[in-house]
Amino acid sequence: MKDSTISCPIPHDEGGTVQLSHGSGGVMMHRLLDEIIFPSLGDSPVCAHHDGAVLPATGGRLAFTTDSYVVRPRFFPGGDIGSMAVHGTVNDLAMCGARPLCLSVGLILEEGLPLNELRRIMESLHTAATGAGIQVVTGDTKVVDRGKGDGIFINTSGIGIVEHSLEIGPAAIREGDAILLSGDIGRHGIAVLAARESLDFETTIQSDSALLHEPVLALLAAGLPVHCLRDLTRGGLAAALKELMLDSHLTARIREVDIPVETQVRGACEMLGLDPLHVANEGRMIAILPEESVEEAISVLSEFPVTQNALRIGTIAGEQKGRVVLESIVGTRRVVEMLHGEQLPRIC
Amino acid sequence: MKHLDDYRDSDAVRRLADAIENVATRPWTIMEVCGGQTHAIVRFGLDTLLPEKLTLVHGPGCPVCVTPAHLIDAAIEIARRPGVILCSFGDMLRVPGTKDDLFRAKSEGADVRFVYSPIDALQIAIENPDREVVFFAVGFETTAPANGMALRQAKALQVKNFSVICSHVVVPPAMEAVLSAPDNRVQGFLAAGHVCAIMGWEEYVPIAAKYHVPIVVTGFEPVDILQGILLCVRQLEDGLATVENQYARWVNREGNTPAQQIIREVFRIIPREWRGIGEIPQSGFGLSEAYADFDAERRFGLTREPVREADSGCISGLILQGRKKPDQCPHFGTICTPEHPVGATMVSDEGACAAYYRYRRSEEEVPE
Repeated sequence: MKDSTISCPIPHDEGGTVQLSHGSGGVMMHRLLDEIIFPSLGDSPVCAHHDGAVLPATGGRLAFTTDSYVVRPRFFPGGDIGSMAVHGTVNDLAMCGARPLCLSVGLILEEGLPLNELRRIMESLHTAATGAGIQVVTGDTKVVDRGKGDGIFINTSGIGIVEHSLEIGPAAIREGDAILLSGDIGRHGIAVLAARESLDFETTIQSDSALLHEPVLALLAAGLPVHCLRDLTRGGLAAALKELMLDSHLTARIREVDIPVETQVRGACEMLGLDPLHVANEGRMIAILPEESVEEAISVLSEFPVTQNALRIGTIAGEQKGRVVLESIVGTRRVVEMLHGEQLPRIC
Repeated sequence: MKHLDDYRDSDAVRRLADAIENVATRPWTIMEVCGGQTHAIVRFGLDTLLPEKLTLVHGPGCPVCVTPAHLIDAAIEIARRPGVILCSFGDMLRVPGTKDDLFRAKSEGADVRFVYSPIDALQIAIENPDREVVFFAVGFETTAPANGMALRQAKALQVKNFSVICSHVVVPPAMEAVLSAPDNRVQGFLAAGHVCAIMGWEEYVPIAAKYHVPIVVTGFEPVDILQGILLCVRQLEDGLATVENQYARWVNREGNTPAQQIIREVFRIIPREWRGIGEIPQSGFGLSEAYADFDAERRFGLTREPVREADSGCISGLILQGRKKPDQCPHFGTICTPEHPVGATMVSDEGACAAYYRYRRSEEEVPE
């Protein structure tokens, strides 16, 4: 495709915007793909100008996941929708204990999206994919009418290979297991909130959006019997733990004093009436493994910048409740529930 | 955040809980007025640290909860009109009126936006001169100065496309309503610290004297609340009924006089319906004559018809008056949940039912 000779009579400058005809399947679309999408993905996707990717098959088990990315604003401190679309999907593979192999990228562009923004997003996506050591092998682009999208929606699917024999998941969680958290919580949610135009407060908080596959693969390479992994996303630590407990029918007991929340994140949460336990993250995970592996696991995780502050926040108790019980900072106990919707800032 | 940590110190909390235990010799019922205090009490489980003879009941101080259904209906009706942008604080959007809520109106195409400040709503009006921008001005004396400030600016800048649905309520008359109810059981109050930061505490002196109740102006952190309870119990045990100020780091006798000046300029005292409770005389702020042009209900030709809400069996009115607790309601956690709230105390984060649901459901099963 790189020597494509397609030429287009419609002027195409650096400052252009996405137009409906970019999604028409015609010449404009080819130009968009050839001039922005493919070049920003580095080496040509395996499937460029073809309907799909053909990949070498290997023995063993594959992990397969998909996720769609919608974020406003598209660029926020510490990341953008492009990097997020790679981090999120690679992390989902990592949570299966899989080594990521390749990604697909589906773009839904809104008419009027500046091409420069699209270029930046695609470059960021590519950088993130390169960081994960994987390639985008197939993709799709559609354009919707102005007002029918939020600039850009991205779907990525990922395939990874499982190179161990562990069954990592909620069913493997056992009474007495330790709960590790890979770092402080709430940065992504607050960074995005602060970056929204309507919110007039300034912070230097960067999103925690990051790749987690390397520390996970290191845990597995060290032979640690990891029982369950879960990355923290929109519902925050609370939702992640609650989901795992509902699936495993056990009870997670965590201590509020042990859960790190960066000072600015805490300040913003206090001001807005938000609970950091429910604030979004994009580069944090919990790992659940046997008590005797805690020390070594923390030692392995501390080798990676993204998990260098990993620590233990609690224990799995045997009551068959499907609950999360938090010991508060003043020593009382309460249950932690998933929120029923978005956290809404309080009036006063 | 060190400042905050001092007020959440577990040793200080234990010491205060012990002190309360030592001071209390008889059963007492104390009401915390503000929903923010209710939220903190339930979130930190502070009531579980108190001796059994002390009962905390939750007061009417949740502005979202007490906003009457007909005003929510009015907001929805206005939001659905062409060309209108309706701005509201976030937690107001989910509260059901008699039929719908603002989220529903939004999903059906109304331009409903949530803002963090009334000034943001005014800014939206300035940026959209061809649209009518309506702000749902809800809250106690705490939010009134900011809302008043937005109106003062709108007037100064001659912003013609900005108006407000005014649903402000005032705390002291509601406390009097609780105290004068024939079956009142409240013997002492933790007054709302933030409200007093604006209004001062002078106006509570006659209430304490008239009804012979101790009133302790109290903050919102665990140490604040337990200190407030300790001061209140001490007065009760000693037969005293004065106003004390636990929240002296923010509250003085006079309050914030420039803020009060804005309130006097923009608002006037009117009778106000409190959802679940009914009309309380002198308990609301309406717009003053000078600002009557900014009244959205008038601008959009809405007349206030008192609406009888269908009897859903919801006891939020009794909860807001301290006569019942959320877990005494048969609907609590069954047909009434945050996803499907029957009454407003389940909707707002500061509503007592929502706080119980979020932090305390199955409390009896939380193992020690």
